[in-house]
Amino acid sequence: MIEMMLTTALVLFALAIAIALYRIISGPSIPDRVVAMDMIVVNLISGIAVVSVLLKTKAFLEVILILGILAFISTIALSKFIERGVIIERKRDG
Amino acid sequence: MKINDVILETVTKIVVFIILTVAVYLFFSGHNSPGGGFIGGLVLASAFVLLLLAFDIETIQKGIPFDFKRVAALGVFIAVTTGLGAIVFGQPFLTQAFSAFNLPYFGETELATITLFEAGVALAVVGVVVSIILSISEDV
Repeated sequence: MIEMMLTTALVLFALAIAIALYRIISGPSIPDRVVAMDMIVVNLISGIAVVSVLLKTKAFLEVILILGILAFISTIALSKFIERGVIIERKRDG
Repeated sequence: MKINDVILETVTKIVVFIILTVAVYLFFSGHNSPGGGFIGGLVLASAFVLLLLAFDIETIQKGIPFDFKRVAALGVFIAVTTGLGAIVFGQPFLTQAFSAFNLPYFGETELATITLFEAGVALAVVGVVVSIILSISEDV
């Protein structure tokens, strides 16, 4: 019973990732693609949590933390690139 | 135009400490669970990258006055030195030893010399990653 529910959740997460992938492929603007990438990583984190429940292991919990950190930093980097054209500034004015 | 990054800077000031805690946890948990020097060093480097993203290079280099090429060199030096320490005791190169000590606060703790080797690996990874990112963001 619980395995069927978890498998259904995995299928639904995969469906959400596929929909976000469609938005990445045919997004009209770059910010659409960045938000879709962030959404893919969030669904991936949820999928990893479900898989670690399915496999009855605690070995994947660090992956969740690290994926969260990486998604945060990469989204900030892409947003700074879109807004200012430079990711790491030498000296800010102000 | 005067830029205004109040939310990004405030969130960064909090999140950097969480990322540093995760890095130290991954470094010390590498003996019995997933983690270790390499991934701990990478997460530590991502904390520095987040600081560099939220602020600018000169502010960060004033706050953290390390030459990261020297940090990488220090890491390789520590790793090789722990390998050479085994030769002093008549063992082959890179032989690791461990034993249990009775520390005052932690109680019965098992300390191994592989931790020093992993510290060298982590310092080398941090130095290499941060100096790569600093050198490719030089001329903007």
